[in-house]
Amino acid sequence: MIYLIFAYFCLSMIGITVMALTRKNPVHAVMWLLLLFLHVAVVYLFLNAEFLAMVQVIVYAGAILVMFLFTIFFLGAKELTKEKRYTQVWEGRLLIGLAMTATGIVTFSVASPSYRGKYTIEYIEKVGNVKSVGEMLFNEYSLAFLMLGVILLVPMVAVGLIARRPR
Amino acid sequence: MIELLIMLIKTTVVFAIVLTHVAYTTYAERKLIGRAQARMGPMEVGPHGLLQPIADFIKIFFKEDIVPINAERFIFQIAPLIVLIFTMINLTVIPFSSNFILADLNVGLLFILASASVSVYGIILAGWSSNSKYSFLGGLRSASQVLSYEIALGLSLAGVVLAAGSLNLRDIVIAQHNTALGIYAIPQIIGFVVFVIAAFAETNRAPFDLPEAETELVAGYLTEYSAFRYALFFLAEYVAMYIMAFLCALCFLGGWTIPKFITDILPFLDKVPGIIWFAIKVYAFIFLYIWVRATLPRYRFDQLLNIGWKVLIPAGLVNLIIIAFLKRLSL
Amino acid sequence: MIPVEYYLALSGLIFGMGLISLLINRNLIIVFISLEVMLAGVNLALVSLAHYMNDIRGQLIAIFSIAVAAGSVAVGLSLLVANFQLKKTLDSEEFSELREELRND
Repeated sequence: MIYLIFAYFCLSMIGITVMALTRKNPVHAVMWLLLLFLHVAVVYLFLNAEFLAMVQVIVYAGAILVMFLFTIFFLGAKELTKEKRYTQVWEGRLLIGLAMTATGIVTFSVASPSYRGKYTIEYIEKVGNVKSVGEMLFNEYSLAFLMLGVILLVPMVAVGLIARRPR
Repeated sequence: MIELLIMLIKTTVVFAIVLTHVAYTTYAERKLIGRAQARMGPMEVGPHGLLQPIADFIKIFFKEDIVPINAERFIFQIAPLIVLIFTMINLTVIPFSSNFILADLNVGLLFILASASVSVYGIILAGWSSNSKYSFLGGLRSASQVLSYEIALGLSLAGVVLAAGSLNLRDIVIAQHNTALGIYAIPQIIGFVVFVIAAFAETNRAPFDLPEAETELVAGYLTEYSAFRYALFFLAEYVAMYIMAFLCALCFLGGWTIPKFITDILPFLDKVPGIIWFAIKVYAFIFLYIWVRATLPRYRFDQLLNIGWKVLIPAGLVNLIIIAFLKRLSL
Repeated sequence: MIPVEYYLALSGLIFGMGLISLLINRNLIIVFISLEVMLAGVNLALVSLAHYMNDIRGQLIAIFSIAVAAGSVAVGLSLLVANFQLKKTLDSEEFSELREELRND
């Protein structure tokens, strides 16, 4: 049963990715991307990462893809389809990409990590996913978390500067 | 298997009750606005017009479903479904009473925020796929409005999460009941006000109903929709109002409980089933929606965004800091 | 329990498809979309490793990467809009001031 569900998610995610990357109309591409992110969020739920699943939907679906849509609308969705689609030497690049993908998949799929940490499924179920993530985030990674705030502040200022029209 | 059947029945009951409430909320809205404007409201169908929502629904479901010729047909057709599905799905995580909840999710609050952010797509796509200027402007307005106010909404709810120490809606209510005041609306008064204003904007209701401002945009993103699909949008808007009312009742007004100091004085109130308190709080919030719509004029769009970014978000942050200090001093 | 290799292979495949699309497309919007697909693949690998290695740090890194992705997309898209206003095109090969002269073959 679980294999069946996983097989469904594998196939549909691959299919959705192909659809998202081959659409001519960018709005359709973004819609397929939204579907892909929703599927990814469900797979996160399988992997006991409920907080991350929700963050994925809120940030990606709620913020990033809407930014995409606004940009596409702003530039005019119909215009983008007219231009040439692929780069000049796309065959060579395709080969490079295929080679890198094959290497990556082979390397990934033979890797079987032997390390085991203390956050077992039972532990997470007892404490709660959100709480264990939060404790780790604010104790061990507190500096990284502060840095993240700075990293998010800088783009905000940058976007404001880029968007400002010179008078 | 039998559990699945019970679950199915529970789901059907919840959906049926909420949809009936939606139908009669439209009636209540028309009656109350009528009274506010010294009219009678609907009076023709049934005694005092009580069958009016049913007549409306029969009429609207038998109308012809028109798709404009230049519209993106498929997206135009699924856009209302996206809005409705991702609004209705929120009902599964709402605890209606201490032991009546369809799915007791540990991240229930985030789930509601997540599906709210997905349902925005229905509105954007409805505006875009209609291939009409009014629809498109309405859709974009709605999207920027909902996105800006979702930050304020999230910040005001972050105060609640911080105080309760949980994202589970049931745990939030229990934690709330265990405090001295019994409701979070009093210590978090700033957060409560921010939440109420953001909830109005989030559901595109007056005084923030700019996406469907009749005087400037015909009917906003709904312009090209008719009959059945229009009804779906309509339904989704009212269900979203109820979701916000549920959220307000659960996170700020104590859900199905009443404060302990009241039950200390009047112990017989403990016998009243929790669902009744919950219903009273929800009805009060829905009444507030209608009351505001009847009395307040509409804001301009720049005013709307200024309120969202320059008032509500700083206020939400201040609320969060105050709650953090209160929590630290364990008050 | 599904072996971790399956998840890793799936994430590798998604990442690879995004990579190929990133390399061969010239429309900048599609390039950005491919980047998002690649990030989704990477995050999937991180979370599945976090699950199978009983360590929650993988999820933390995924949270960080999601947050940084939001910032980077904001900057990237605003640059894209600014460039579009300058050049009236989204063709990535038109943005070549910093490149040496193209050979004509």
